[in-house]
Amino acid sequence: MDFVFDNNIPIYIQLVEQLKTYIVSGALAAGERLPSVRELAMMTKVNPNTVQKALGELENLGLIYTERTNGKFVSCDSEKIYALRLEYAKNISAEYLAGMKKLGFSAEQAVIYLEDLGGEDFDTSGM
Amino acid sequence: MTLLECKNISKKYGEKEILKNINLSLPSDKIIGLLGKNGAGKSTLIKLINDLLTPTEGEITVKGKPIGVESKRSIAYLPERTYLDKRMTVQAVLTYFSDFYDNFDRQKAEKLLAALDLDPKERLLKMSKGMQEKVQLVLVMSRKADMYILDEPLGGVDPATRDYILNTILSNFAQGASVLISTHLISDVERILDEVIFIDKGQVVLQESADELRTREGGSVDEIFRRMFRC
Repeated sequence: MDFVFDNNIPIYIQLVEQLKTYIVSGALAAGERLPSVRELAMMTKVNPNTVQKALGELENLGLIYTERTNGKFVSCDSEKIYALRLEYAKNISAEYLAGMKKLGFSAEQAVIYLEDLGGEDFDTSGM
Repeated sequence: MTLLECKNISKKYGEKEILKNINLSLPSDKIIGLLGKNGAGKSTLIKLINDLLTPTEGEITVKGKPIGVESKRSIAYLPERTYLDKRMTVQAVLTYFSDFYDNFDRQKAEKLLAALDLDPKERLLKMSKGMQEKVQLVLVMSRKADMYILDEPLGGVDPATRDYILNTILSNFAQGASVLISTHLISDVERILDEVIFIDKGQVVLQESADELRTREGGSVDEIFRRMFRC
């Protein structure tokens, strides 16, 4: 897992987002044990308290849970994780479509463009 | 819990007022940045906290008691300039620290130094500046202290060494302890800070959580600092 931060945005918000992405993508699998706060602080090079705060947020969202003494684990609720994955996919798709619209592509054209990844078959005559 | 408290601290040299009525309360279990321009009074404040200077007015307490012998045990201090005799070898310095501080964990220091690929018989003066800084940081972080006070730990070292220093700080401060880092290299350290203190012209102008400051003012701590103290 790689973590990249922008100093302009509160660090804990970025950490929450990045961990969410790892959970959604399955890089952190359902039921998997998370690294300890100290380990995560080392991996991300952020303050342990910030890591703690981010994990607290993920726990509130129900994406991770604490087993006393044992540490923190990714939720086993795969439906919930899948729902979040769809939500992320929806946002990214909407962003793509909005960007393509700015370039003058209709939604249909944007989909066709994506299907052949901008290959030579793309018919621009209709534009 | 309050670890350290400065009450109405002033420091004058003759007519010149270096610190003006400083009131600070530092909690435990936080990494705190003491940020200010050159000459703002950072090092003077740190020396007062370490009982190396006497305040003209005011009182400093550590864990509720006035500073003195006890506070020197609970504070591990990395000064801006070394007090070590550079003719000493690494081994000799380790013995020196073991003699001085009962909370110095020699084994831990040896382990950290081994990772640096250092010959224990090497003299400090034969090492590069970056390596000397690393050795001193290892010594300080190997004490089981309540508070670590690091005065410009990143001054004059390359970016790779800075990373090493920040990692060593993050992975080695004792559980529940606080770290006070003074620096003007804000962008390098801001990510590891819980709280920031801005000090300017001998006065504390701000003490706040780093993330709250970013949210309120918009931008990085470095940017906010530059905006506030533009020359």
